[in-house]
Amino acid sequence: MIYFDNASTTSVCDAAYEAAKLMLTKYYANPSSLHNFGLEAENKTEEAKSIIASSIGASPDELIFTSGGTEANNTAVFGITQAYRRKGNKVITLPTEHPSVLECFKQLKERGFDVLYAPIDDKGNIIINEFEKMIDDDVIFVSIMSVNNEIGLIQNTDKIGKLIKDKNPETIFHVDNVQGFGKHRLCLKYIDLMSMSAHKIHGAKGCGALYIKKGTKLKSLIFGGHQQGSVRPGTENTPGICAMGAACREAYKNIDENLNKVKQVRDTLYDGLLGLDGVFVNGDNKNSSPYILSLSFKGIKGEVLLHSLEQYGIYASTGSACSLKAKKRSSVIDFLDKSRADSTVRFSFSAENNTEQADYCAQQIKKIVPVLRQYKRR
Amino acid sequence: MKDVLLVKYGEIAMRGKNRLMIENNLIKTIAKNLKPLGDYLTTREQGRFVIECRNDKDIFDYDRVIDVVANILGVTAVCPGIRLEDCSIENIRKMALKHFKENFGEKNLTFKVETKRSNKKYPMTSWQISSDVGGYILNAVDGIKVDVHNPDVTIMVEIRNYSYIYSKIIKGFGGLPIEASAKATLLMSGGIDSPVAGFLSAKRGIEIDAVYFNSPPYTSDRAKQKVIDLAKRLSVFTGGIRLYIVPFTEIQLHIYDCVPPEKMTVFLKRAMLKCAEKIALKNGSLALITGDSVGQVASQTLQAINAIDSACSQLPVLRPLCAMDKQDIVDWARKIKTYDISIRPYEDCCTVFVAKHPETKPKRAIIEKIEAQIPNLEELIDKAVNITEFIDV
Repeated sequence: MIYFDNASTTSVCDAAYEAAKLMLTKYYANPSSLHNFGLEAENKTEEAKSIIASSIGASPDELIFTSGGTEANNTAVFGITQAYRRKGNKVITLPTEHPSVLECFKQLKERGFDVLYAPIDDKGNIIINEFEKMIDDDVIFVSIMSVNNEIGLIQNTDKIGKLIKDKNPETIFHVDNVQGFGKHRLCLKYIDLMSMSAHKIHGAKGCGALYIKKGTKLKSLIFGGHQQGSVRPGTENTPGICAMGAACREAYKNIDENLNKVKQVRDTLYDGLLGLDGVFVNGDNKNSSPYILSLSFKGIKGEVLLHSLEQYGIYASTGSACSLKAKKRSSVIDFLDKSRADSTVRFSFSAENNTEQADYCAQQIKKIVPVLRQYKRR
Repeated sequence: MKDVLLVKYGEIAMRGKNRLMIENNLIKTIAKNLKPLGDYLTTREQGRFVIECRNDKDIFDYDRVIDVVANILGVTAVCPGIRLEDCSIENIRKMALKHFKENFGEKNLTFKVETKRSNKKYPMTSWQISSDVGGYILNAVDGIKVDVHNPDVTIMVEIRNYSYIYSKIIKGFGGLPIEASAKATLLMSGGIDSPVAGFLSAKRGIEIDAVYFNSPPYTSDRAKQKVIDLAKRLSVFTGGIRLYIVPFTEIQLHIYDCVPPEKMTVFLKRAMLKCAEKIALKNGSLALITGDSVGQVASQTLQAINAIDSACSQLPVLRPLCAMDKQDIVDWARKIKTYDISIRPYEDCCTVFVAKHPETKPKRAIIEKIEAQIPNLEELIDKAVNITEFIDV
């Protein structure tokens, strides 16, 4: 099997599996329990928290654990806008964000916020000087994704963050870093909140985290016990959290090595397809994460190519898996270039992939595509 | 006294010698479909079935049980009520009053009591029982009146081996229970129509096997799963369906290569009928069933049906939806809860290569002539049928 759908989810690495297993079998106590057994469980989760905090350059008390990226994004958007509502009414995001941000902004609009979408160029990059003009005293919140989940495009969050803070230091800046966490280093200097997810970096599904810079006010969305400072009550998902800690340690330990490896895999696939007509890269080649390669194949339905590859044991994706059930076309590419949206396949990599796989995949695509092009609607 | 569900079934009574067998089948289906809900016992009682909890301590979950039983084909109605072991008129009066109070309280309403007495040895006539029990309730409850012509509430008393009291009748789909000796094979896509065609046929007692045409990579495993889920839903009414999955890609691409685009769908459908007929003959079916509705799409004009139908030489093709409007079909699909499955967005093989401008009036003679010139078609069909797999749902 060749698994090129790592932006959807990844396999669980050994370290994460062992960490989760330990919490499920040995340290299964409730970390809030008063007895020392509970304390042991708490210590384990605190240890995981420390690992994640130091990996991203934060302090442990700036992290809360969530059920994943979607909850982290929801908590950021609603937690902040509720807390800072009196300071202003404008919020800004990009039209190419993940649905777990875009849908929240739609909600904000219904709740009376002035929702603005920053303009992007034909490759998906934010148009920085136009964005700059949008920042005024009334802007309380900006949410921008670091690595786009569909096309891998990287927005320059340093530049964007500095610009925001220069123009309005009180504007809260959130970065959805689900696709960048553990893969690309990110400076938190201008970032107030950052969303992360465990299962994109070989942790377990059902666990994520939100970085909340010290001093940032946040209204909690759910209510219950005093866990996680009451911001996110509920018994901690200790196996998920410890698996996330372990996966995070591995990811950051090997971050450069992994990036190089993935770059080679990506380049092998890309180069292997150079001879094939009618293949387009979505996004900005210079400005993209090598973890994601989004390609459009002229005259072919992405879904059919995906199922063809599946017959050879190669797993890729059309658009993002999150919105597949809604039969939405890849929304980002739809936005950038409608004509390509239907014919897009997303290949996304991890350090577990190798160049032989990429080479084999390229060979199969070169075989399949001409056949598929022969059988089209007439 | 015990909570029971009385099950009424309709047309079986007319069916002479087969009656016992059909009743047994129906009881088996009821028992099978109730199994996931708990330990219920279904017994026969003079032209009715009676469902009760096997264990006296269990609570009868009427809502769920009714939902399951009323959906089984052949069941005309179900009636939640009570069964009395003590059939004395004193006990019947007392329990009828209790039933009345529990279900209707003390509102201002009109009522009547109606009795069915199949135990003719019972010392009172139906009319006597009705007026006795009615009078007793009338005296005991304030503000109610008797109205024998148009009452708000009818309390039913049935004197059989035991006595039964009920007042609610929930209609089933009726029809005939599935008869194992009359089988047909349904051509099922993931669409709205074919499951309805299957349901309506099953409603007339036909046992259904289904055939699905799988065209990977043009259709996905999710499209296949959708059809499996549709078959599962249909099996709620019938008790079980065998679903054949025909690998159709090779045939489809071969036809694509050999025929003019605007005629392609007609040939595809003919090939499907041919495959289905071969499977049907093997599994003992007496007919094929399709979800065609005349005029709905290009391949369902009368001309197209005429040109397609001749592909099937040995079995009749039943088209139970032929004269139905789309909206009526959709209404049925909603009623039998296949609609929400059918509208899942995965493409099935009929739509993948459909021509931009398909021919609406194909001529049978021309189609047959072109088909005769497609090389190896019969071989491909045989090959596909031979490697067809099935699942029982």
